[in-house]
Amino acid sequence: MIEARAMKASVRKSGAAIWQLLPILFAVLLLSSLIVPAIPQLIHQGFLGNGDLIDSLGTAVVGSLAAGQPIISYLLAGELQEAGIGLMAVTAFIGAWVTVGIIPMPAEAMVLGWRFAMIRNAISFMLCIALAWLTVVSLHV
Amino acid sequence: MSENTEQQPQPKAKRRGAGLWFLLAMLVIYGLVAIVDLDYARQGMHSFVGMIKTLLPALLLVFVLLIAFNLIQGIQQKLAGVTGVKSGVKGWWIAIIAGILSHGPIYAWYPLLGELKDQGMRPALLAAFLYARSIKLPYLPVMVHYFGLPYTLVFSFYIVLFSVVNGWLTGWLLAKGNSKIPAGGFSK
Repeated sequence: MIEARAMKASVRKSGAAIWQLLPILFAVLLLSSLIVPAIPQLIHQGFLGNGDLIDSLGTAVVGSLAAGQPIISYLLAGELQEAGIGLMAVTAFIGAWVTVGIIPMPAEAMVLGWRFAMIRNAISFMLCIALAWLTVVSLHV
Repeated sequence: MSENTEQQPQPKAKRRGAGLWFLLAMLVIYGLVAIVDLDYARQGMHSFVGMIKTLLPALLLVFVLLIAFNLIQGIQQKLAGVTGVKSGVKGWWIAIIAGILSHGPIYAWYPLLGELKDQGMRPALLAAFLYARSIKLPYLPVMVHYFGLPYTLVFSFYIVLFSVVNGWLTGWLLAKGNSKIPAGGFSK
């Protein structure tokens, strides 16, 4: 049986976590709502829409540099896809966001060593392209 | 999402502060865009309200899942704790499952990972744990909302698979340059 005290603590902790997330969430949605209308223009002007691989590399770089909860990447990626970005590029973006951590790398290196952190993140970056390709291919099989 | 306030009070406060600054910056940018092109800003705001409306049900589900995950936090720490050096295939499974079940900012997990490393946990398993953390069970409803269930399942499957690849490669490359580090093979 779950104790009432544990449940109360859990609700409070979860509420605090959501509360903490809200400003970032609103900010990202505001950012998305400004960027998304411009995506078709970007595709038209050639910044995106250069093929799955080139687009995926670009979005993976952006995803690697980004920091924040994975939920933010889902939101951004979802809106980017709605705006016409290909599923592979969108998946590479999510993959890089959730698996590559350039921003927390110094902290990771402090605890686990620079060599570990750099090798792990470099491999994660390379794998996110494969992850995107395999995900899209598997869905279309 | 569960923050370990006893161990890491500063990052939590910093993140909240950073989030508020980010939000403030976005509001300022919105204001500037509205001055330059009111129609564009209005279109963006309309889109923003739409996004919030569609996201709310998924966020509610996230909240419920977070409550459940906070209730089983002790189990997660036990799982991470038994990922020993000679754990073999079992160690990989435990590292991956612990990674999937772990939630909250990575900063909160570094002290535990550092301790496990000092106790002799293989770098390969540490890397697998960190890669598997990419699956955030409480947030998956949002991914399902945007991309559908098949996409979410396939993506999550490959994350699990690649956590082994990532762990193995990391362990192997680290061991190549340092004979003191055990290789990241499946068994020792």
